[in-house]
Amino acid sequence: MEADIVDRVRQALAGKTPLQLRGGGSKDFYGRRAGGEILDLSAHRGIVSYEPSELVLTAKAGTPLAEIQAILAENGQMLPFEPPSFSPAATLGGMVAAGLSGPRRPWGGSVRDAVLGVKIVNGKGEVLRFGGQVMKNVAGYDLSRLMVGALGTLGVLLEISVKVLPRPAAEFTRAFELAPAAVAEKLAEWGRRPLPLSATCYHAGRLHVRLSGGRACLDGALALLGGEDADPALWPTLADQQLPFFQGEGPLWRIALPAAAPALNLPGECLVEWAGALRWLRTDLSAKALRQRVTSLGGHATLFRGGDEKSAVFHPLSPALLALHQRLKRALDPAGLFNPGRLYPEF
Amino acid sequence: MNPAFLSELRRALPASALLVEAEALHPYECDGLSAYRQVPLAVCLPDTLEQARAVLAACRTHQVPVVARGAGTGLSGGALPLADGVVLSLARFNRILAIDAENRLARVQPGVRNLAISEAAAPFGLYYAPDPSSQIACSIGGNVAENSGGVHCLKYGLTVHNLLALKVLTLDGELLEIGLEAPDSPGYDLLALMTGSEGLLGLVVEVTVKLLVKPERAQVVLAAFASVEAAGAAVADIIGAGILPAGLEMMDNLSIRAAEDFVHAGYPVDAAAILLCELDGANAEVSEQIMAVRDVLLKSGATEVRTAQDEAQRLKFWAGRKGAFPAVGRISPDYYCMDGTIPRRHLAGVLGRIAELSSQYGLRVANVFHAGDGNLHPLILFDANLPGEMDRAEALGADILRLCVEVGGTVTGEHGIGVEKLDASCSQFTPEELAQFHAVKAAFDPDGLLNPGKAVPTLHRCAELGRMHVRGGQLPFPELPRF
Ligand SMILES: Cc1cc2nc3c(=O)[nH]c(=O)nc-3n(C[C@H](O)[C@H](O)[C@H](O)COP(=O)(O)OP(=O)(O)OC[C@H]3O[C@@H](n4cnc5c(N)ncnc54)[C@H](O)[C@@H]3O)c2cc1C
Repeated sequence: MEADIVDRVRQALAGKTPLQLRGGGSKDFYGRRAGGEILDLSAHRGIVSYEPSELVLTAKAGTPLAEIQAILAENGQMLPFEPPSFSPAATLGGMVAAGLSGPRRPWGGSVRDAVLGVKIVNGKGEVLRFGGQVMKNVAGYDLSRLMVGALGTLGVLLEISVKVLPRPAAEFTRAFELAPAAVAEKLAEWGRRPLPLSATCYHAGRLHVRLSGGRACLDGALALLGGEDADPALWPTLADQQLPFFQGEGPLWRIALPAAAPALNLPGECLVEWAGALRWLRTDLSAKALRQRVTSLGGHATLFRGGDEKSAVFHPLSPALLALHQRLKRALDPAGLFNPGRLYPEF
Repeated sequence: MNPAFLSELRRALPASALLVEAEALHPYECDGLSAYRQVPLAVCLPDTLEQARAVLAACRTHQVPVVARGAGTGLSGGALPLADGVVLSLARFNRILAIDAENRLARVQPGVRNLAISEAAAPFGLYYAPDPSSQIACSIGGNVAENSGGVHCLKYGLTVHNLLALKVLTLDGELLEIGLEAPDSPGYDLLALMTGSEGLLGLVVEVTVKLLVKPERAQVVLAAFASVEAAGAAVADIIGAGILPAGLEMMDNLSIRAAEDFVHAGYPVDAAAILLCELDGANAEVSEQIMAVRDVLLKSGATEVRTAQDEAQRLKFWAGRKGAFPAVGRISPDYYCMDGTIPRRHLAGVLGRIAELSSQYGLRVANVFHAGDGNLHPLILFDANLPGEMDRAEALGADILRLCVEVGGTVTGEHGIGVEKLDASCSQFTPEELAQFHAVKAAFDPDGLLNPGKAVPTLHRCAELGRMHVRGGQLPFPELPRF
């Protein structure tokens, strides 16, 4: 199977025909439309190695995320960044390529934090390994983390090693009725204490908070926090965007900000995660006006769903950074085979 | 030195920021790996961005290589000068620009010492997590360049996990702003790529790091074992039990004795190995975890388990560990510090093999290391004044690193390749992988003037060594002649 993928890449190279890399297709909606023939990677699947006491799992890129999550759960472990799936077809490779982390991210780390090593096919049809299966490794440049969020533009992911973590002994979800102005203050106050927070979500006047940890520690924290018990099923629904907020056709923006940045004060409906660092906005505001505001607050904005497909989906890069991106792209994929235009129109 | 180049440097820098006299250059001839020494053409000590940019411009015009230098504590020769190059020291970029308690971050210049960040954050109840043993001296810029770790990275991660943004000067004077104070900045993860790039991709001129809230309580448990193997197995047992200690360190008998003589930490000097296991978090959580860890340790065959009685004893326990390198330095004229990482399940086996190699080579090896991460630091004891000992020590070191790669590990966990492990890394990468690294460097530094010759061996070098990477018994490019 690996040989087939390498063959396809070499043919594409010979024929100068771009390839559209596809795992389970669960994130087809994400990013710009890429040109090229579809290279389906979903058959390249299977867990290569998993030893719970090593806290590392290695699997082929087409392995369904659900399969990985199931085997981790059997062993009392988890992917610490709580990735969204969006569909049962989601694969490990797609997870890494999209680099999207879920509700636990500010406390459990991001996808890229957990990636330890990759095996890829580069644009010359060479099979390369970077990083490894160990926690610490500074041999060579960190090209494995470079793959995270690159949306397949730098190479075909074949195999990935990720760090996993023990599942917390217990988790509780609490809810609070709070006016928007009071939320930031509450979160800031909790943030100053060593509270075992592991997710937050604020929408329509309700703040939900999840705490994770040992029993003894949670008892104290819950007493301090107050609020009312709430349904923990919120979090997977939130990660997979099945809440009513996410339904509908209008443009959905994903806005990342420094956690303590003030309110966006933009028209539209907002849902706030990550203790303020991630704000989803449903709005018809122009990309230009929105990005201007977000940039002024030190953040960046992605047109996550809907809107104008041909517009810049990801926050524009400075000219110097864009030029560097183009040079890096050429270093890994000289013929521009992989997912051209998926990330930025220029490469 | 080319006079035109020298006069350009003189225009770029005030007289006090340019060293060219032999005795002024002398302190810069090596980093923490003093076996390698080289006097540079000149040392530049800019203290503004404009000066740094002007130095780089001069180097570019005259095609003179530049070696960035932080505090010079690196252990792989990363900051070793080049005979035909200049050293660009970031020592005067030493200002803390902002501590933002609200967003829990610090913006600092690269020459700021690692510990100084935590000191500046302390009044806000915050700290910077990565804590290399060299933290009183090493610079944050050097930490970024090496992706340094510390005794707490099992739980809190390495430098790469604790950075938000960098400002990087390229050789052509462009100031790249990489990362943001917001998460997941757009485009490629250049922040990760820069981290650990050993000064080959750009000059780091500003660093924004995450700060963490100080845990309510930290407590350390010391466990003694009758064999190194048992201690190694206990490490896997703790992690297998779902406990994630803040730090999990191991010392073998030789280092226990050396450390005890040096700092009187109260270590059990008869133990074959000890583990130091630190737990931190909320008060109740720590109590809960201590009970659990004690249980696991006793079941794993610990002959003694002690919990530090108070903060003073906790610090004592750690002082022994943090002082272990200098302690070993007291019992041997020279030592050579290795830095391989292996999958934890091979700890016991690899330590056994190291002991065999040690007697085979007739050189003592002390092991004191980050067991929780599987990051070994075998210290090879030798006497450089005895003919042949230094070569034997290097050969033993190379064998140990090959062993690490064989069991699926890496030749460097946190100290970098520098010049020291260029040969060793030939066994870890294929020629195509090395070529890919060189292509990435060229994307940042087309003239190849930033710390050239470090971190990534040339294909030629690996081929000459005859240590081409062998994977699955197949030599890469079997059709090519070996020169
Ligand atoms: C006693 C002792 C204990 C140590 N313990 C640890 C430990 O526990 N964990 C650990 O990880 N390391 C440890 N080290 C190694 C060393 O301290 C680290 O590698 C440290 O990060 C180096 O920082 P520095 O400022 O001294 O960098 P230097 O040695 O000056 O430089 C290191 C590399 O970084 C590059 N560089 C420096 N500054 C910049 C910049 N601004 N921009 C671009 N490149 C730059 C240099 O060119 C060089 O390649 C230890 C060293 C000693 C001597």
